Amino acid sequence: MALVLNEEQRLLQETAKDFLGSRAPVEALRKLRDKRDAIGYEAALWQEMAEMGWASIIVPETYGGLEFGFLGLGVVIEEAGRTLTASPLLCSGVVGASAILLGGSEEQKQSLLPAIAQGELTFALALEETHHHRPHHIGVTASQQGDGYVLNGSKCFVLDGHSADRLIVVARSHGKLRETEGLSLFLVEGDAPGVTRTRTIMADSRNAANIHLNNVTVAASSILGEVGDGWSVLEPVLDRGRVALAAEMMGYALESFERTVNYLKEREQFGVLIGTFQSLQHRAAHIQSELELSRSVLLQALSSVDDSPEELPVMASLAKSRLNELVKLVTNEAVQMHGGIGVTDDLEIGFFLKRARSAMQIFGDTGYHKDRYATLNGY
Amino acid sequence: MEDLEQFRLDTREWLAANCPDSQRQPITPEQQYWGGRKGSFPSKDAQTWFERMRDKGWTAPEWPTSYGGGGLSPQQGRVLKEEMKRIHARTPLFGLGLWMLGPAVLEYGSEEQKQQHIRAIVNGEHRWCQGYSEPGAGSDLASLQCKAEDKGDHFLVNGSKIWTTTADKCDWIFCLVRTDPDVKKQEGISFLLIDMDDPGVSTTPIELISGESEFCQTFFDNVEVPKENLVGELNKGWSVAKALLVHERKLMSEMGSESPRQVLTPNEAAKQYLEFEDGKIVDARLRSDLADYDMLMQAVALTHFRTFEEKAAGMRSAAPMVMKYVGTEAEKTKSELLLAILGSRGLGWEGDGFTEQEIDTLRLWAMSKAMTIAGGSSEVQLNLIAQKILELPQP
Ligand SMILES: Cc1cc2nc3c(=O)[nH]c(=O)nc-3n(C[C@H](O)[C@H](O)[C@H](O)COP(=O)(O)OP(=O)(O)OC[C@H]3O[C@@H](n4cnc5c(N)ncnc54)[C@H](O)[C@@H]3O)c2cc1C
Ligand SMILES: Cc1cc2nc3c(=O)[nH]c(=O)nc-3n(C[C@H](O)[C@H](O)[C@H](O)COP(=O)(O)OP(=O)(O)OC[C@H]3O[C@@H](n4cnc5c(N)ncnc54)[C@H](O)[C@@H]3O)c2cc1C
Repeated sequence: MALVLNEEQRLLQETAKDFLGSRAPVEALRKLRDKRDAIGYEAALWQEMAEMGWASIIVPETYGGLEFGFLGLGVVIEEAGRTLTASPLLCSGVVGASAILLGGSEEQKQSLLPAIAQGELTFALALEETHHHRPHHIGVTASQQGDGYVLNGSKCFVLDGHSADRLIVVARSHGKLRETEGLSLFLVEGDAPGVTRTRTIMADSRNAANIHLNNVTVAASSILGEVGDGWSVLEPVLDRGRVALAAEMMGYALESFERTVNYLKEREQFGVLIGTFQSLQHRAAHIQSELELSRSVLLQALSSVDDSPEELPVMASLAKSRLNELVKLVTNEAVQMHGGIGVTDDLEIGFFLKRARSAMQIFGDTGYHKDRYATLNGY
Repeated sequence: MEDLEQFRLDTREWLAANCPDSQRQPITPEQQYWGGRKGSFPSKDAQTWFERMRDKGWTAPEWPTSYGGGGLSPQQGRVLKEEMKRIHARTPLFGLGLWMLGPAVLEYGSEEQKQQHIRAIVNGEHRWCQGYSEPGAGSDLASLQCKAEDKGDHFLVNGSKIWTTTADKCDWIFCLVRTDPDVKKQEGISFLLIDMDDPGVSTTPIELISGESEFCQTFFDNVEVPKENLVGELNKGWSVAKALLVHERKLMSEMGSESPRQVLTPNEAAKQYLEFEDGKIVDARLRSDLADYDMLMQAVALTHFRTFEEKAAGMRSAAPMVMKYVGTEAEKTKSELLLAILGSRGLGWEGDGFTEQEIDTLRLWAMSKAMTIAGGSSEVQLNLIAQKILELPQP
């Protein structure tokens, strides 16, 4: 167990803070939004991040990765949360890389992981089919045809789905709609014949798409893991994504909270700084205590990926639901405590508010994870 | 690290050989040993267990051996705690002497005071109570009025203290007294040790909503206290008190995870009192509340652990400052949840219509209300977090 960062991780955090703070601040997301950028992130920035090794923090050195583990990933992604930096870090660097690491054959690992590490290849997980996270609610079909498969159906809320080079499509070869048995993970070229991708413009100004699959053919060699046994790969991959996203959410919470506390020390009304009002002080102090609890949970969740994977399902659900509630509380209070300015687009707090709502849905809302936590604990 | 592992093995072995079986059961209030001249052992085994632990200095494992303590490092102390927890070994001795006064005397006391009091605490000879609050001085403790006048070779103490937990069962009381009324209120307070057998000291019990009368009002009527009972310098009692409050808050924040009184956990209660279907609690609201509670407690436990790791690594964070607030509020949440799970079986006050455990649960529920008031109320904790951590401007 490690609930404190080591020297190496703290240095990485400093580097990330400096780099992202100057190279990709919230202002950068505003620009991408205002010009309706086609990819939705800056490709050159991702290249620079990859050069620093950030596309492959969790990838072993043997495959060209940085091999810094999830605690290392956590500090970088948290800083990216503070700046709301749009990049393929979560979808390729964490989810894509994890799917290949956990499900891929040796050959797939050797060909794909170094390409991710170098920022040459991006991934998107095409999973959701309903408006709530229901990872086993899979109706997209995979029918055998010759040596390969044919995929049919629709996916929604596919993060980075419009721009990723490859899709990891979760499809069903047998079993019923809500069964975990019968799922497989297929690697599909983003522009393969039969794939239609429609970008969705969302509140958070980040990137997602709806995807339609019409008779898309895939070779048997493009399956990650065993046919029909995709769940055993998908579940740990999602848990890794949840924990990484929780770290990003910690960044939103910290940044919007710190900005708000600073505002309480600047803004005067009734002839005094508003930070002197006890009603605001107590709410801020309550948030501080929630931040402390969340910090411990997050560190434990991140380290469980590498040190105690048997704890990961419980920790991922604990971390995701706790951070969901934290960012909801903090972003709401951040807006409220800024008064009228808080609801203007000029103030960046609104970007945190909106991004938090997306993050709360991604990989499971609080209800989903509370239910899972209760079930895992035997009630 | 290797030494620590060896220590763990030795400790495990020693505990296995020395802790009587009856002392490896969950402890109830009646079975706790608090020491003192008026105290008695709840059972023969409790006495044996206490004496064995005392002889190793393990009633106060981390205090210096020169005063009778165990001389363990914080890491070893933690290992001992873990190993005791592992076999459910009971805490052999309870008391404010161990938790609060001892650490303060070790830090601020004279050599004579250490000789006189520390060993007596370790050995369970003296039971201590805390004389801070007064009818007119609660959260605003520094406005206290109970006065000690300098009479040459002694102080003459007059006034009263209130909410003095178990004063009627204690031998000694550590008090904050006013020694200078003419300066800023924090600067005229001294920290005084008073023998409760001294003439002029009396106590009256106060009954609480839990039905217990753990509290007293304590009166001082021309009590003569020797000068050598002053801890720290004259009029510098406030800094001693503040140091001690840190121990009190830490203690209270850990009540939830280590409370000796807690018999029923919400998890066990759910299995016993709620309807399940396909492995799930049928009542959706209670299932959700239970998950909320479990998640909260897991977060609290991890934060205690993080605090410990940070301390060991020589790092400081804001975590310890929030734990009194978080821990005691969590206790209230837990008690409310237990009542909800027990339904009407959670309403038993006394008699045969309810099990002892059910009645205990209700009594603990009532007591949990006190924890967010004692030792600095939740509101006062939030003030402190706002001021010390967030550095918000003060009115
Ligand atoms: C949608 C919208 C429409 C509006 N329309 C109009 C309009 O048509 N005409 C017009 O004149 N104005 C309008 N306003 C302005 C509105 O009246 C002010 O925003 C409001 O009075 C708050 O003032 P403020 O924004 O300066 O916030 P501040 O007063 O600076 O408040 C900042 C924070 O401090 C808190 N706070 C302030 N004082 C205290 C206190 N004493 N105790 C505890 N907390 C305190 C506030 O609750 C808030 O959380 C509008 C505002 C909005 C958001
Ligand atoms: C279980 C228990 C055991 C105790 N044991 C002892 C003991 O052994 N020895 C001893 O000396 N004392 C003891 N106390 C007393 C305890 O320290 C006081 O009750 C506590 O300091 C609060 O003081 P009060 O009761 O006078 O409440 P008050 O200070 O009058 O508080 C009343 C309400 O006002 C709020 N309030 C007060 N000041 C502020 C502020 N600045 N901002 C916002 N809200 C505020 C409080 O939070 C509370 O809600 C015990 C109390 C309890 C409940």
